[in-house]
Amino acid sequence: MSTKNFLFVNRKAPYGTVYALEALEVVLISAAFEQNVSLAFIDDGVYQITKGQNSKATGMKNFSPTFRALGDYDITKLYVSIESLAERGLTVDDLMELTYEDADDDYAEKPSIILVNREEMAAMMTEQEVILSF
Amino acid sequence: MAMLHIVNKSPFERVAFDSCLAHASAGDSILMIEDAVVGAVDGSSFSGKVKAAMSDKTVYVLGADLAARGLEGKAMDGIVSVDYAGFVDLTANNDTTQSWL
Amino acid sequence: MKYTIMVNEGPYQHQSADTALQFTRAALEKGHEIFRVFFYHDGVNNGTRLSVPPADDRLIQKSWSELAEKHGLDLVICIAAAQRRGLMDADEAKRQGLDANNIAPGFRISGLGQLVEGGIQSDRLVVFGD
Repeated sequence: MSTKNFLFVNRKAPYGTVYALEALEVVLISAAFEQNVSLAFIDDGVYQITKGQNSKATGMKNFSPTFRALGDYDITKLYVSIESLAERGLTVDDLMELTYEDADDDYAEKPSIILVNREEMAAMMTEQEVILSF
Repeated sequence: MAMLHIVNKSPFERVAFDSCLAHASAGDSILMIEDAVVGAVDGSSFSGKVKAAMSDKTVYVLGADLAARGLEGKAMDGIVSVDYAGFVDLTANNDTTQSWL
Repeated sequence: MKYTIMVNEGPYQHQSADTALQFTRAALEKGHEIFRVFFYHDGVNNGTRLSVPPADDRLIQKSWSELAEKHGLDLVICIAAAQRRGLMDADEAKRQGLDANNIAPGFRISGLGQLVEGGIQSDRLVVFGD
């Protein structure tokens, strides 16, 4: 099977609706197909990867730890919108530390989060072949 | 690699349309469907943003959705009205499609 | 051209279910191939055969079934999303020990891999949702 550039665009906050959780389920499945996968976090999508999520009292499952596992599935490109963070009064320090071990660099631990501005995000989108939006 | 951006949210209720405009590249196409067609109306507080986008992108509206909302004939000049067959052509003629949900 | 269509919202709740149907019809009329239609999130509800809309309303689920029969469409309902929302075929209902099934003709239940495969195999993937 051929390899394509897949982009998953996450623009919605977690918990309020199911989109973030079910998007993550597709991302995990896509890893099995050995595609070139990227994720984008834009607008309220940035709330999906904030640290310190505690959904216990809502009765809903906190699925944010799953993002930490993405590196193990070779999903290592998480593009986060700088403008979306700033608009929401957030910085990268409010996000989980998401990393992967680079097999080409003696398994050095490297950050998966790539902060990009709108122009860089737009340029990254032009390189994609399949875009799934949630 | 030209992209078709499909937007279906009213710009007066959600930020999807703004986000779409902010991330569309020169030469791309933008198609308004469903509730996003209200963004095609001339003279609205959003129309300036659509006109600015038209300087280097082509903007389309799904005519059926405009008509359904009583807005036929109210779209600003330069926006191209398409039917569902035209919608299909837009997806075929662009390399990729991105839906701004 | 070969298409995969993703439908993410339920019928009657959100227009995207109608738009997806209209788009698929138009694509078929233009001679394009629909490799697969994948139903996800509440979109799985497009595949229930127990929907009874008022007599003067359109029949969304039935329209998909008819389109599938006429054009041999592959209508796939995501199993994980379907299980959460109570969409069952006979096999799955039996496996889960449930007393009923409700899947409409022409639909089948399968995994998320079918969506990813659709993206890989098709020239275009178009998402309809909210």
